[in-house]
Amino acid sequence: MLQGIAFYLLAAVATVSGLLVVTARNPVHSVLWLILAFFSSAGLFVLLGAEFLAMLLVVVYVGAVAVLFLFVVMMLDVDFLKLREGYARYLPLGAIIAAVLLVEMIIVSVAVVQGGAAAGLPAPGAPDASVTNVEAIGRVLYTDYVYFFQAAGIVLLIAMIGAITLTLRHKPNIKRQNPGDQVNRDRRKSVEIKPAATGEGVSAEELL
Amino acid sequence: MDIGLTHYLTVAAILFTIGVFGIFVNRKNVIIILMSIELILLAVNINFVAFSTYLNDISGQIMAMFVLTVAAAEAAVGLAILVTFFRNRGDIAVDDASVMKG
Repeated sequence: MLQGIAFYLLAAVATVSGLLVVTARNPVHSVLWLILAFFSSAGLFVLLGAEFLAMLLVVVYVGAVAVLFLFVVMMLDVDFLKLREGYARYLPLGAIIAAVLLVEMIIVSVAVVQGGAAAGLPAPGAPDASVTNVEAIGRVLYTDYVYFFQAAGIVLLIAMIGAITLTLRHKPNIKRQNPGDQVNRDRRKSVEIKPAATGEGVSAEELL
Repeated sequence: MDIGLTHYLTVAAILFTIGVFGIFVNRKNVIIILMSIELILLAVNINFVAFSTYLNDISGQIMAMFVLTVAAAEAAVGLAILVTFFRNRGDIAVDDASVMKG
């Protein structure tokens, strides 16, 4: 009973905030709705018994990706209202295609549960208490899927290098600190002793 | 109020549809398009985890983890391209992106 209430609440919040992501006028609000959608989905994952993935979703998406989006949205000086041109023009076609897509997917879901590959599955019982979700994932991730795990690391490395390469730029007329030059500088390079006659002082021409 | 596999698949289907709808209606705004793609990948993850639980097979959660990895990498590279594009053009309208073709 309580599980049902939690499911419907989380599903409703995820759906509504997902819809607000694509319809909000202000992209900053879109990012905030995206965070809410991901957070609710993390709740759904907990209901499904995937605690590790739920926490991963919160850490990776809410903590990293959404903040990255927020940075970029706030950093770019763009007239976002101008970008909404054509919103009303594409709305009917988009709605029709989305409705067809939704009906198709729900029909397939119901069919696969009632008579397809996933038919007659028993409701998931209480998970094996001796093995936690994290332990179960770790047992297969580092054995059966170890090459995929390494490949995922390479994907992230390449993404990092790519992002840095794309956004790094050297301005031609920027002053940079050169520690080597600073350390190698000595008295003879910076000061010069000019003879000054006693009682006469120095004139400006002599100094140059 | 018995929650079954169909319920989770329906939520995932709705989120997927919202993502596709968002790409359709926000055709000019690359940032919203990237967020829509994130929503689509989230829907895929919900499907993976739901099947993983109901089929009693942990592999689905591993796959969801890899999808998460790729989604994070894709967001990083996509936003980097967006920043570079904005520097070159002073705008992020997708229609202008065709001027980049060689």
